[in-house]
Amino acid sequence: MKPLLKFIKKIEPDKKKSPFLHTLFDGFFTFLYSPDSTTKGGVHIRDGMDLKRTMVMVVLAMQACYLLGTYNIGHQHFAAIGEHAGLFEGFHLKLAYGLIKLLPIFIVAHVVGLGIEFWYASKKGHAIEEGFLVTGALIPLIMPPDLPLWILAVSVAFAVIIGKEAFGGTGMNILNVALLCRVFVFFAYPTEISGDEVWIAGITKDENLGYMAENYDWLCGIADSIFGWFGWSQFGDGGALVVEGYTGATPLAIAAKDGWAEVTNKYSEANMIWGMIPGSIGETSKPLILLGAAILLITGIASWRVMLSMFIGAALVAMGMNAIAGFDTTSFLAVPWYAQFYMGSFFFAMAFMATDPVTAASTNTGKWIYGFMIGAVGMIVRVLNPAYPEGWMLAILFMNVFAPLIDHYVLEANIKKRLSRA
Amino acid sequence: MAEAAVQTKEPLFGKKERKLLIDPLNDNNPITVQVLGICSALAVTTLVFKALVMSIAVVFVCAFANLFTSLLRNSIPKQVRMIAQLVIIASLVTIVELVLKALNYPVYKELSVFIGLIITNCIVMGRLEAFAMANKPWRSFLDGIGNGLGYGLILIVVAILREIFGKGTLMAGSPVEMKLIGPNNEAEDIVYLINTAAESGIGSYFSWYANNNLMVLPASAMFVIGVLIWIQRSWNRKLVDIS
Repeated sequence: MKPLLKFIKKIEPDKKKSPFLHTLFDGFFTFLYSPDSTTKGGVHIRDGMDLKRTMVMVVLAMQACYLLGTYNIGHQHFAAIGEHAGLFEGFHLKLAYGLIKLLPIFIVAHVVGLGIEFWYASKKGHAIEEGFLVTGALIPLIMPPDLPLWILAVSVAFAVIIGKEAFGGTGMNILNVALLCRVFVFFAYPTEISGDEVWIAGITKDENLGYMAENYDWLCGIADSIFGWFGWSQFGDGGALVVEGYTGATPLAIAAKDGWAEVTNKYSEANMIWGMIPGSIGETSKPLILLGAAILLITGIASWRVMLSMFIGAALVAMGMNAIAGFDTTSFLAVPWYAQFYMGSFFFAMAFMATDPVTAASTNTGKWIYGFMIGAVGMIVRVLNPAYPEGWMLAILFMNVFAPLIDHYVLEANIKKRLSRA
Repeated sequence: MAEAAVQTKEPLFGKKERKLLIDPLNDNNPITVQVLGICSALAVTTLVFKALVMSIAVVFVCAFANLFTSLLRNSIPKQVRMIAQLVIIASLVTIVELVLKALNYPVYKELSVFIGLIITNCIVMGRLEAFAMANKPWRSFLDGIGNGLGYGLILIVVAILREIFGKGTLMAGSPVEMKLIGPNNEAEDIVYLINTAAESGIGSYFSWYANNNLMVLPASAMFVIGVLIWIQRSWNRKLVDIS
């Protein structure tokens, strides 16, 4: 490895002459090596688990969601037009289609977000902060697959500048940056991220023919020529009509309209649990999200208190709703409380969003309250508010704002308790 | 005799008077520096025309309230000065309300309660307390105009951004309405400068464009004002407190 280090040292740009290039260099250099600069004055705690390792661990925990999310984009597209209907039929087509949809989202999110991050780092004269690694990896997972890229770019820029840099950079943000990005799209361009038509990629509505597949673009053409070379099935031109009874509605949308029976009619519970349903890219598969959550818990990055209390909060509210639903089985209230957990994005919000250590409450008691309130508020928004089909994004952002207040009162209570003992 | 001597020393529109007019536009802006009058700034800035009418109303009320309070400042007892000031502001606001009702009823309906709420606008009351009660009428009048303009300037900048990005129009509701970007609707005779529904021409390059609905919501005015404050402070170093 010596020659590599030598080479890297040789190309190091001068800090004074080109601060931007040096910041850039420093950011990538510390991926490979520990920096050779020493701290001056004072004693510092040194730990192998620094910010960069923490962030990388979270990104690793998300990889399973990425894999299935990619495949699911293709699977939902072909299921809608009734081709390659089996789960593993047309495997290469589904994977290629998913990649063609996902990669541009991933690249745009990172180019815009990291660009802003690098620019601010060089302007403020400090090293690049790793905060965007996680944010940038989370953003594609919570977006619908057909989101226009310019909207994505605008929302990422908004989230990073207003949500993070305005507050002072990584670790200083009040709101979860990835969710802020999504909530911006949600309020600014609601037709792109809500309703029944956005969750399945590549389906458009023709005035005369109804829903049909879009024409496949040039990237699919390239993939086609490769597949043709192997003698595999190809995309073709597109334009196929959707199957009879097609609806792009997510289970939540159906449940809100017609109740639980209609949901199970359309999607089997196994599909809902494994994630073969329309939805945001990475939030559908529950076991793979729980795998990520397990990684986060074992490495001690995420707080089990937040996860557990969020589960309890949501479960209690859902049970209460079942109780007041009575015999009206068509209402959203009557959806069995355990089914509420695998219908939407509860687990994704629980594992990756609510546990964000920066925006969550930091006292242990505070974490219980914080998680419980997210669970309760999110479930209330999901079931009782007809305008918002899913509630976790809004509930988490809402409780993000309250987290410092919760911490404040937990501390005050502790001080009072100790004073009374004295 | 002494009065006349002072008059000759101070010109009618000297350096100090100019400062009264210019200062509230930047260094002492009522919205971005003093952070007053935010409530109406969030509410009326969806359309430029609304913001313009509101600004004119506030300039008028602020200037004349300052003038009348300054004229009466020596005869208002200290204990009831708030009530006396409120009476002056309220009568001026009533004049504005009646004039607007007569001239342009649709805009009056749009602005609705916010014209009436000029009474509670902290900028007006603040200037009366801070300036008019202790200064001569002419200067007070100028200070009122200056602060009204400072408020109006921010209002209009915010409104321009919000209307262009939120609705794709400029000055909608006024005689000089401009439709900038959006899909044409021939049935209702709506023609945009850049027609995003066009098959060819400039518009066809913008077929991806969609209006930003967030800009129509009051929350966006908060962001826009916040960013304006950010920009102003990074450019006017006088406003940055180093502590």
